[in-house]
Amino acid sequence: MSLDLSLYDKVLENRVRLQIMSILVANEHYDFNSLKELLDVTDGNLASNLKSLEKEGYITVEKSFVDRKPNTKYRRTEKGKKSFENHLAALENLIKQQYG
Amino acid sequence: MNQKDLINQIGQIRSLMEKSSKFMSISGLSGVLIGSYALIGAAVAYIMLYGFNSQFGYRDHYVNRESIPALLFIAFAVLIVSIGTGYYMAQQKAKKAGQSIWNPTSKALFQAMAIPLLTGGVLALILLYQQNVGMIASTLLIFYGLSLSAASSFSFRELRWLGVLDIVLGLLALCFPGYGIYFWAAGFGVLHIIYGLIVHQRYEK
Repeated sequence: MSLDLSLYDKVLENRVRLQIMSILVANEHYDFNSLKELLDVTDGNLASNLKSLEKEGYITVEKSFVDRKPNTKYRRTEKGKKSFENHLAALENLIKQQYG
Repeated sequence: MNQKDLINQIGQIRSLMEKSSKFMSISGLSGVLIGSYALIGAAVAYIMLYGFNSQFGYRDHYVNRESIPALLFIAFAVLIVSIGTGYYMAQQKAKKAGQSIWNPTSKALFQAMAIPLLTGGVLALILLYQQNVGMIASTLLIFYGLSLSAASSFSFRELRWLGVLDIVLGLLALCFPGYGIYFWAAGFGVLHIIYGLIVHQRYEK
């Protein structure tokens, strides 16, 4: 039995990156602190994973100030959404494969 | 990667998508308390207007001008105590879940509620100014119901039904002028209590 892994996304193999993408697909935008609170990860871990998602073109970053405090907003791109959906489909296929 | 990991991962994704987009810290029990305040407020207003010996029947006196300040005072007192209770209990619930009460989902929820609520509030003030007092009870019920329906996409889906029923009660109140206080007691009192019990039963046990 051959396994179709063309949909599987190496970038999203990382758990934190996959979680970030699930939040950004479900919401129009999300800010750094709220992501941190939901995911329960360190600043450094979250920042480096956000950076790599940005480099892949999966998300865009928007920096601004609210009450003189930095407020960074993240949005998914169309490419990011597509990759997330493909990756989910790949996971689904993997499960089906193991049942079958 | 084995199958259990995969299923775990997918479950996590689903719960994150839900948790990140819905504000679930609104406490069901606060709904029960808020409903009770409304019933108490309605009872006080009723006694003030009609006394203890009035009958449920044809009204020959509608709200007169002298009683309006006192009625407004009762309504605002109930409103403020209700908001305080709802806020405090949501904060406690959020703390227990390790979340903050002010996050993107609660902001989205309040934004969704703000437009219908402000519209209804201003409309009620205009009606009051024009001494169209009989329409205020129904107006506020209708717009409160609209704001709950709007909020339901960002919280418990049961909110939609609470909203729709409040709208229906508001429309009925328009058809039966003079009985606004019963519709208020039903909409802000009884419905909140039932809603609160359902949410408590389904999500907080």
